[in-house]
Amino acid sequence: MTPDEIIDVEIKLLLEGVYQVYGFDFREYSEASLRRRLIQWLSISGFGTLSLAQSPLLRDRGLFDTLLRGITVNVSDMFRDPSFFKAIREQVVPHLLTYPFIKIWHAGCSTGEEAYSMAILLHEVGLKGRFRIYATDINEEVIHKAQKGIYPLQEMQRFTRNYQHSGGTGSFSDYYTARYDHAILSPSLQENIVFAAHNLTVDTDFGEMNLILCRNVMIYFKQPLKERVLSLLDTSLMPGGFLCLGTKESLDHRNISGRYEAMMPRMQIYRKRYAKKLQQTV
Amino acid sequence: MRKNCSRQFKALVIGVSTGGVTALKHLLGGLPADFPIPVLIVTHITPDSDDGMAVLLNSLCSIRVKEADELECITSGTAYLAPANYHLLVERGGTLALSIDPPVNYARPSVDVLFESAADVFGSELIGVILTGAGSDGSKGLLKIKEYGGVTIVQNPADAEIDSMPRSALQLLKADYVVQLRELPQTLLRLVLEKP
Repeated sequence: MTPDEIIDVEIKLLLEGVYQVYGFDFREYSEASLRRRLIQWLSISGFGTLSLAQSPLLRDRGLFDTLLRGITVNVSDMFRDPSFFKAIREQVVPHLLTYPFIKIWHAGCSTGEEAYSMAILLHEVGLKGRFRIYATDINEEVIHKAQKGIYPLQEMQRFTRNYQHSGGTGSFSDYYTARYDHAILSPSLQENIVFAAHNLTVDTDFGEMNLILCRNVMIYFKQPLKERVLSLLDTSLMPGGFLCLGTKESLDHRNISGRYEAMMPRMQIYRKRYAKKLQQTV
Repeated sequence: MRKNCSRQFKALVIGVSTGGVTALKHLLGGLPADFPIPVLIVTHITPDSDDGMAVLLNSLCSIRVKEADELECITSGTAYLAPANYHLLVERGGTLALSIDPPVNYARPSVDVLFESAADVFGSELIGVILTGAGSDGSKGLLKIKEYGGVTIVQNPADAEIDSMPRSALQLLKADYVVQLRELPQTLLRLVLEKP
């Protein structure tokens, strides 16, 4: 066995242990990225090998949390992919406006930037008070950060640019207050967002949603897990509802694709069909 | 400095930045449609780019050129370009993976990320190429390819539109080949067509 193959074995053993001890299931995560993240964690952890780290990791929750942070934290931006938010504003909002109240599930919300972006967008199109966003992430630590709605002031320039490119109709500076080197998002944005920990790999579905965003979360999953999570999202989405994936995540060749219609090319916004095809019963 | 090349290669990885379109036009344009191994490419493009570069190169080259998709199985005769704003990685078994992990060397996609993951998967059966570009992305990845016994090729800095990426790679390691862009297709063909 090469040293590389031994690392593969160590990763497998560790993931099995993590699942049994803590219930986090990374066994069906795509190996290339997970490996990169684990090696990165290892290099700053002080342990020589994953085998040496395994025993303390399985016994010390605090240490495990640093690993969890290392392998689950995703970078986020407000109005990340402005053209996506523009498409939501122009193509999806007209449909949402026809409902008295809309429910949105943002799965994999990380530190909350995109959930707040969605709240801003919905305020601007006149849906204030008529929506609730359930923003979830596997990592409780990022959920705590998301709840605070405080971001480094230096980010605001980029967020503002994104906001403008996304078709924002107001002034982005109206949505935050600068204090020292931080920007505190307006509390009115938080009113309609519920942040909660939720693990797509092991937890169950969420009620009847009109819109589900799960962008660049499943790119880290192997195919069987991806299919399972897509089916979970499908179960949680009302007919006529919208499913939004990352720019490079397509529903082509996925089990649920027959029930969905692509709204626009290269945007990965899908609409769930109303009429289910009558299935032939045996 | 020539190594024992009597082996079968499984993949070719290329990293390029500033001057990338011209360099890739030349390199990929010089490869036949039935080039016997898959080609994986990271070029630094702005986060909001679409697949225009892949479409353009595909129209100009015999080899098939496309933007990489997640879970895609890599095949010979095809060049895969990392999509804007995603890292491109290879899984064991030869499927592609994408990630939005933080930029590496200020870049996403990053050449290092592709090269390191390809070295993990293909070991000595890999060829890595660094072409023109600003910055130093790819140097560490190319070193890893070398450490794993793969073949390393760097565009001659004097020949590069921007020489810092090739120069930085050559500072870190002794490449197996330092060549002009116009010689590169022939160098690659010689390597991959040599029978074990």
